[in-house]
Amino acid sequence: MAIVVDASKCTGCLLCIRACPYNGIVVEDKTPRLTDTCTYCAACVSACKFEALRQERPPKEETDTSQYRGLWVVAEHDGRRLAHVTLELLGEAQRLTTDLAEPVSLVLIGHDVPDLIEAAAAAGADRVYLVQHEVLKDYRTGPYTDVLCGLVEERKPEIVLFGATAQGRDFAPRCASRLCAGLTADCTGLGIDVERRLLIQTRPAFGGNIMATILTEHARPQMATVRPKVMRPIPPRRGATPEVIEVPVNLDERAVLTKIVEVARTARQTVNLAEAEIIVSGGRGLKKPENFDLIFELASVLGAAVGASRATVDAGWIPAYHQVGQTGTTVQPKIYMACGISGAIQHLAGMQSSEVIVAINQDPDAPIFKVATYGIVGDLFEVIPALTEAIRRQQ
Amino acid sequence: MNVIVLMKQVPDTSEVRIDPVTHTLVREGVPAIINPFDENAIEEGIRLVEQHGGRCTVLTMGPPQAEEALRRALAMGADEAVHVCGREFAGADTWATSYTLAQAIRQIGEFDLIICGKQTFEGDTAQVGPGVAEQLGIAQATYAIEVRVDGKKMQVKRVLEDRYETVEVRLPALISVVKQINEPRIPKIKNVLAAKRKPITRWGVGDLEARPNLIGLAGSPTSVVRTFLPDRTRRGEILEGDTPVVVDKLVEKLRRLEVV
Repeated sequence: MAIVVDASKCTGCLLCIRACPYNGIVVEDKTPRLTDTCTYCAACVSACKFEALRQERPPKEETDTSQYRGLWVVAEHDGRRLAHVTLELLGEAQRLTTDLAEPVSLVLIGHDVPDLIEAAAAAGADRVYLVQHEVLKDYRTGPYTDVLCGLVEERKPEIVLFGATAQGRDFAPRCASRLCAGLTADCTGLGIDVERRLLIQTRPAFGGNIMATILTEHARPQMATVRPKVMRPIPPRRGATPEVIEVPVNLDERAVLTKIVEVARTARQTVNLAEAEIIVSGGRGLKKPENFDLIFELASVLGAAVGASRATVDAGWIPAYHQVGQTGTTVQPKIYMACGISGAIQHLAGMQSSEVIVAINQDPDAPIFKVATYGIVGDLFEVIPALTEAIRRQQ
Repeated sequence: MNVIVLMKQVPDTSEVRIDPVTHTLVREGVPAIINPFDENAIEEGIRLVEQHGGRCTVLTMGPPQAEEALRRALAMGADEAVHVCGREFAGADTWATSYTLAQAIRQIGEFDLIICGKQTFEGDTAQVGPGVAEQLGIAQATYAIEVRVDGKKMQVKRVLEDRYETVEVRLPALISVVKQINEPRIPKIKNVLAAKRKPITRWGVGDLEARPNLIGLAGSPTSVVRTFLPDRTRRGEILEGDTPVVVDKLVEKLRRLEVV
């Protein structure tokens, strides 16, 4: 049994039922009972104020965790520059490692990439594992997994961090599956349990409606993908010289199961929501597809990307790659401006971690105002053109 | 070609509301649905079998009521359905889920392609697809928006943050699909009724060659130790006044944030 019920402590308050996302618990006659739909997520255990519910985990085969030391960041790059998320992870790794007292290593896999070492050192890499080969020129799941897993088995890091990008979310689970490692997706908070040398991982789940804290207690390494734009880089460490360890590899192109045949870049500014500093989004309050022009004009004076609610995408007003929210892109810009968006849960789940949220909506009771930093209750057809004009005058 | 589609029944989180007074989830009446991205996976599986022949098998791991989701997939046009079900599997994290599904796929037998949705609606991890591909030792192409089968190879157009990448993958392989790949069909009433009578293969822990220490909670390297509601309450400020006044106030805020 994974969740143990102590009926003598149950007061029948039903907090556990409220907390359960799966309808997995019922309380009859002050006795909680788990149903078939319980996933042992333990939301009820956290909710119970009377210790009537307790989580019990089956014993694990003990890995000798003391053999595993050090904190690794897996680099993402385009051959010329490190991705911003890699700088963020190096910064976070430096903060975490004050508790672990181990160097921060960057695993840099690619072809002819030694120029990236300086930037890596400035961003917080004390050591760089440099793996270079023609086959590794572009990220591909197979050879990158072979290389990283080989290195992990040899060097035994205790923590491995990836960016929760398209690449990281393709790469990390493949490695975790091979290494029998624990992997937590899309973390928005990390910490260290110093005594047990555990990575404390916090992530949104259930469509952003619940936050979960997750541990990998026995398996090693402890792996996590981390959302871009959550962690902060450290101020550049000028002139830092890292220890560089070149890792020789033996790879054969003929053994690789995938070939990249074409890459087509999309218009970066208006579409790359995941990396945008500012996003201006439109919703059903725009009333007609043509009125998205107002959003594009405002976005253009701000140098912002254009987002959209699911309703407008479903209605065919704007292509789906603009969609922000659970079925679209999860974003975390510096400024998110929601125009004519009421704020359905699935939209909020995709943007509520933005630093500053501006909401413009006619309905004062719209849920978007609950998460907004600045709200304007008004007619967007008046406010947006005036705002666009005012910003244009400033520049 | 033989296609296996991985699918999951999930609560429709877009229907969840937050109680304005208690700030807790209001789940009453929240329907269980097929994970939306999995509907695209099922649709793609059915289409590929329509074009190339073969069989489309849908596979899920979940509680008894997940059978409803399998029946809907059968009504859409899947040929067979397999349901891995039992309390022993409950509490599985993405590692244990990948292992269990891979063992079930081995038991189903020959396949050319495995399709799953890019991620689930409730977990959002996108980890099980790559996990299964690794357990089976086959190639993977995630975030597929367009696919073309060509003999023992397949061209997959992938949608990434700032680009489309077309890859050629050797079969057998696993792909995960995005919403824009197709428009899932709505099953006809006739097919919904017919699907009610179709057999569903149900495998419990005794039917799978799965090591007990690698399934369910026991097989999960990660564990959730605490859950809590996100702090949604911001001390937001409503800017008051006529349009020119509120616009001025907002521009001033934006100037302080150094964006204008």
